[in-house]
Amino acid sequence: MEATSHAFKSNARHALEDAQLQRAMTKLGFREARAAAAARLPEFEELRDQGRDIKNHVLAHLDLYLERYEAELVKRGGQIHWCADAEEARRAVLAICRRLKAKTVTKGKSMVGEEIAINEFLEANGIAPVETDLGEYIIQLRHEPPSHIIAPAIHLTKDQISDSFFENHQRYGKSRRLEEASELMAEAREVLRAKFIAADVGITGANFLIAETGSSVIVTNEGNGDLTQNLTRAHIVLATPEKLVPTLEDATTLLRILARSATGQEFSVYTTFSTGPRRADDLDGPEEYHVVLVDNGRTRLLGTEFQEVLRCIRCGACMNHCPVYNAIGGHAYGWVYPGPIGAVLTPALVGVAEAHDLPNASTLCGRCESVCPVRIPLPKLLRHWREREFEAKIPPARARWALKLWAWLARRPALYRLATRVAMAFLGALGRRNGRFRSLPLAHGWTDGRDMPAPEGPTFQALWAARRGGKP
Amino acid sequence: MSGARSAILERMRASLGGVASGDARRAAVETRIARHARNLVPKRGQLEPRARQALFVEMAEKAAASVERVASASDVPAAAAAFLARHNLPPKLKLAPDAAVAGLPWERHPLVKIETGIAAPDDRASLTPAFAAIAETGTLMLVSGPTRPTTLNFLPENHIVLLRASQIVGAYEDGWDRLRAEAGSGWPRTVNFITGPSRSADIEQQLQMGAHGPKRLHIILVADDGDGKT
Repeated sequence: MEATSHAFKSNARHALEDAQLQRAMTKLGFREARAAAAARLPEFEELRDQGRDIKNHVLAHLDLYLERYEAELVKRGGQIHWCADAEEARRAVLAICRRLKAKTVTKGKSMVGEEIAINEFLEANGIAPVETDLGEYIIQLRHEPPSHIIAPAIHLTKDQISDSFFENHQRYGKSRRLEEASELMAEAREVLRAKFIAADVGITGANFLIAETGSSVIVTNEGNGDLTQNLTRAHIVLATPEKLVPTLEDATTLLRILARSATGQEFSVYTTFSTGPRRADDLDGPEEYHVVLVDNGRTRLLGTEFQEVLRCIRCGACMNHCPVYNAIGGHAYGWVYPGPIGAVLTPALVGVAEAHDLPNASTLCGRCESVCPVRIPLPKLLRHWREREFEAKIPPARARWALKLWAWLARRPALYRLATRVAMAFLGALGRRNGRFRSLPLAHGWTDGRDMPAPEGPTFQALWAARRGGKP
Repeated sequence: MSGARSAILERMRASLGGVASGDARRAAVETRIARHARNLVPKRGQLEPRARQALFVEMAEKAAASVERVASASDVPAAAAAFLARHNLPPKLKLAPDAAVAGLPWERHPLVKIETGIAAPDDRASLTPAFAAIAETGTLMLVSGPTRPTTLNFLPENHIVLLRASQIVGAYEDGWDRLRAEAGSGWPRTVNFITGPSRSADIEQQLQMGAHGPKRLHIILVADDGDGKT
């Protein structure tokens, strides 16, 4: 999809003023569910360590695991399409659909599908893609991108969804505006059931690829990904290289932490391992099984300080726990992946010039890292992006000079102590009457949104020194 | 696109290959796959058979599946017929064409219309055999094959699964071991782990049952392990 990350600041401002969005965001209930699920499994923290180690091992041997995976996949009748970028991946999908003369394509939820904007491309080529995950279906009707990687319609209220169904389902003879979530889901089930049965090709993503067996794995609660792949002539899997794991046992370990981190479930309802097309004596299943393996900038990150981001298993825990994401929702981030993972991934995949605001939209509070199932050090990676931006002279000259000045001062402790003592005493005297400043020169970015408290008494360093008996 | 293949692999080798010799890396990969060693298996996945069965039932029910125990496989048709009646469903059932379910004494229930085969769009209820079940999370493990079409697990609104008590294992890893032993050099197209009926919380995070897959998942647990009678 087309990135609008460069407009992050105005996107965020609009999000904060959007009453519907703010109401919808209060419903985000994943945090409590995750905490409860983690507490129920005494081994959870140790499993996170192992999840991290499995992914690190794979990344260090990725070329070899890919070759093995390909061999197993082909041995079992599957086909693999290697694609360097989004354009090649779109072409590969279209070629399969054209050969099968496909008119309708059902889709399970795939973030890679969003990344390569497959829906728009298929539409432009006369093929109708139908999203079947309930949340994805809703946002497809509204021509919106997802705002969360596992709950794509989290930004919408029930009323907005009612309006969209009322508007779009009249052509199926549905003329009543529905009020209840249960009615909305029943209507979507009915409408989409006909699409599943009519579809020629089914596209899903992959949570994992398994080198040992050449399998792909999807995880859903709705069962839409299974209807998608079982009722069509061809199953196309959109996947990226870092989804690879060595063995069924390794996939199992990661599955133990995935659902718990995402929705707080012990296990998702449907975890499906797919290996090749239907066998000669099978009664159902797709006749063709294709994996469109798209790199789209990922291997560029191997061997760099950003390699650890490739461990991500797309659970969404980092955004669920992010105070910034919770305040502005996912759309403000302007591309496929929102929240902390998006703030690290987007500059890597669409460029730091486009996405330079995202790594700065964080207080580095560390909640994301504390809940990440594979322990990606997201705050550290955000800081790496800030350093790269500084080197690329992306921050405005004034900010860069201020940072340089601060760095110069911070390297001279005696001078630093003197300067802060003088500045604090001065500001303290100036603000004594009100106890706070409504505005400060050079600090409007801060005081526009809140008051700056006036300093009281000595500096922190002075207090600390006094407490330790005068030793600095 | 073979150009993309070699470009991707070359780029990876350039970034990673310098770390260790090619042979050592290849050996690490081959060994790991050949050994397919277990990682940490939670204690709750390592219980004795009796406790394991109790945990399976508890976890499956927590995931909103219903579990019914019967003394022997010949009781399954009566249990299935009662399930249909209880939920005001038409007395009609699509069975997997597998001896484990199709070979049961259905003739004792002449009012229930029995068909075998893949799922049709208007099938309201199906009955399929489990391959195994995982106590750890109350999860069924279903495996596709010539007598086990996958559509039966997803298309009908009501999915009944026949599970024998001896098929309940502690952890997913035990299920993989059983499948490796059975599959030999072949491997099934699909392995479905199913934990409760279909659901979605995509509308305002309110959990609704029966999104696209079955609205009800009913497990008929047959005591075949000597001590499963309750």
